Amino acid sequence: MSVIAEMLSYPFLVRAFIGGILVSLCAALLGVTLVLKRYSMIGDGLSHVSFGAISVAVAAGWSPLPVSIPVVVLAAFFLLRITESGRMRSDAAIAMISASALSVGIVVTSLTTGMTTDVSSYMFGSILAMSRGDVWLSAVLSAVVLGMFVLCYHRIFAVTFDESFAKATGVNVSFYHTVTAVLTAVTIVLGMRMMGAMLISSLVIFPALTSMRMFKSFRGVVISSGILAVVCFCIGMTGSYVFSTPAGASVVLVNLAAFLLFWLAEMVLRKRIRWQPLKPGGKRTPFAGGGQAPKNARKWKTIRPEGEHAPRSAGGSKRQ
Amino acid sequence: MNTLITCRHVDFGYENHDAVVDLSMEVDEGDYLCVVGANGSGKSTLVKGLLGLIKPLKGELTVAEELRRTGIGYLPQQTAAQRDFPATVREVVLSGTLSRRAAQSPDDAGVEKGTLNRGAAQSSDDAGMKEGTPETCFQRRKPFYKMPFYSAEDKRQAAACMEKLGISDLKNHCYRELSGGQQQRVLIARALCAASRMLILDEPITGLDPSAIQDFYRLVRRLNRDEGVTILMVTHDVAGVISQANRILHLQQRVIFFGKPEDYRRTAAGRRYLGGEDR
Repeated sequence: MSVIAEMLSYPFLVRAFIGGILVSLCAALLGVTLVLKRYSMIGDGLSHVSFGAISVAVAAGWSPLPVSIPVVVLAAFFLLRITESGRMRSDAAIAMISASALSVGIVVTSLTTGMTTDVSSYMFGSILAMSRGDVWLSAVLSAVVLGMFVLCYHRIFAVTFDESFAKATGVNVSFYHTVTAVLTAVTIVLGMRMMGAMLISSLVIFPALTSMRMFKSFRGVVISSGILAVVCFCIGMTGSYVFSTPAGASVVLVNLAAFLLFWLAEMVLRKRIRWQPLKPGGKRTPFAGGGQAPKNARKWKTIRPEGEHAPRSAGGSKRQ
Repeated sequence: MNTLITCRHVDFGYENHDAVVDLSMEVDEGDYLCVVGANGSGKSTLVKGLLGLIKPLKGELTVAEELRRTGIGYLPQQTAAQRDFPATVREVVLSGTLSRRAAQSPDDAGVEKGTLNRGAAQSSDDAGMKEGTPETCFQRRKPFYKMPFYSAEDKRQAAACMEKLGISDLKNHCYRELSGGQQQRVLIARALCAASRMLILDEPITGLDPSAIQDFYRLVRRLNRDEGVTILMVTHDVAGVISQANRILHLQQRVIFFGKPEDYRRTAAGRRYLGGEDR
């Protein structure tokens, strides 16, 4: 407790906390749709583009945010368009763009200022990065993202789950894509300076992946991602303060720990459910002759999917 | 019998090429129409055109007033991302009711419907086909503060659709844990929530195992006969559906055959697709 009180006595840490919580919340919510639509790599690509833009801005002596936000928004449009048109493998296109942007940033930097602390803090994040203006911007951003998720929740679900169906039933799909792209771009530019260009995409991917281990409904996944992102961020920041580790990397490690925890919990839960029918009283052996079941009987039965616990009454499939 | 959709010399396509050329056909109420043809023969483009997602480049596409009001239910091809989507059956089916809401809000639906009508507007006897007046749209539009919620009516309809397809007891199950056949049922329930008069199924049996396919055909036949749902199915499995459908449309950019299955068996194209039966 005293640690937290001590941390909050530094104004820059308070800013980092507020800004970070808001940004990770946005990233997590947007991340659910991005991960489910198989756009996970877009976050990574955008952060590299953002790094390139910021290094150019620093070299030219401009202020970084006004330069990088439009550039990254443009890149987001472009990446989504590539993915949609399917003319080029989208993973390859993203890898290409992110590597190019990174190289532009590095070359420009080394030609002008050299690798200053500024640039390296964009690479790996800095706890000092959040200015008062950034905090305001992230507050506005998260208000927009939360508002969108509350008001258009069902449409977001429809577009994420099945684009063609949503389109056919009159939902304006490309509008939602555009909004998602813009919001993701702003989230990444804002979060990047604290988390680092190399690490920001984890804020997008991890909470959604972690929640998908445990939750079976879209609503559950969305809510859990939001909560997880905030909790992991707070723990990570506190840890980084206590152990003097870099903020971004600490948050990512906490996210990884949460993922492993959920994964373990999923395994345990699934095992328990699968083994239930084998408790005494249930049908013990599927073997004719009624004799001793082979040693691997338990294993044998566990492998059977669906059949044991999923109701088949409505069964479209009679596979088993 | 009511004609729901009429195409007269319609071309569908994209900027630089026509995918469907000079298509004339009609879909009557209660029809079970199968669209067959090789890959790239324009089947999916036709589906998009009928749904109003692309506009006809030439010719007339007339959609009956009642169908325009209720819309067309659509069962798209499943994507890989969908198969492991974390969503409950209830959530998926409920999302079908959105379309009625969308169709009622003028700014969302206007564009799509408008494109659908552009072809139709050319024909003279289509006075009744104009867009609903904005006033009526606004009256039926959901109030803004209620947008995040499904109404009791939506929920009732979703429950009814799940009941119809026998998936009520699965409603809290996760979509990705269902078998392929069950997933198809869920998607049909969703499509029926959107529109109960007509369904367009785009290669619905892809990835199903043989018994699930038979199950699926039985289901579609039941919907067609008992519930009076008009069916338009795009499929490669001609042999499987020829006994059920009452119309066959064979596309190869142009219409190669449109008519009754019995006649289709006698054509050269039909014999090629059906593996030389009835020779």
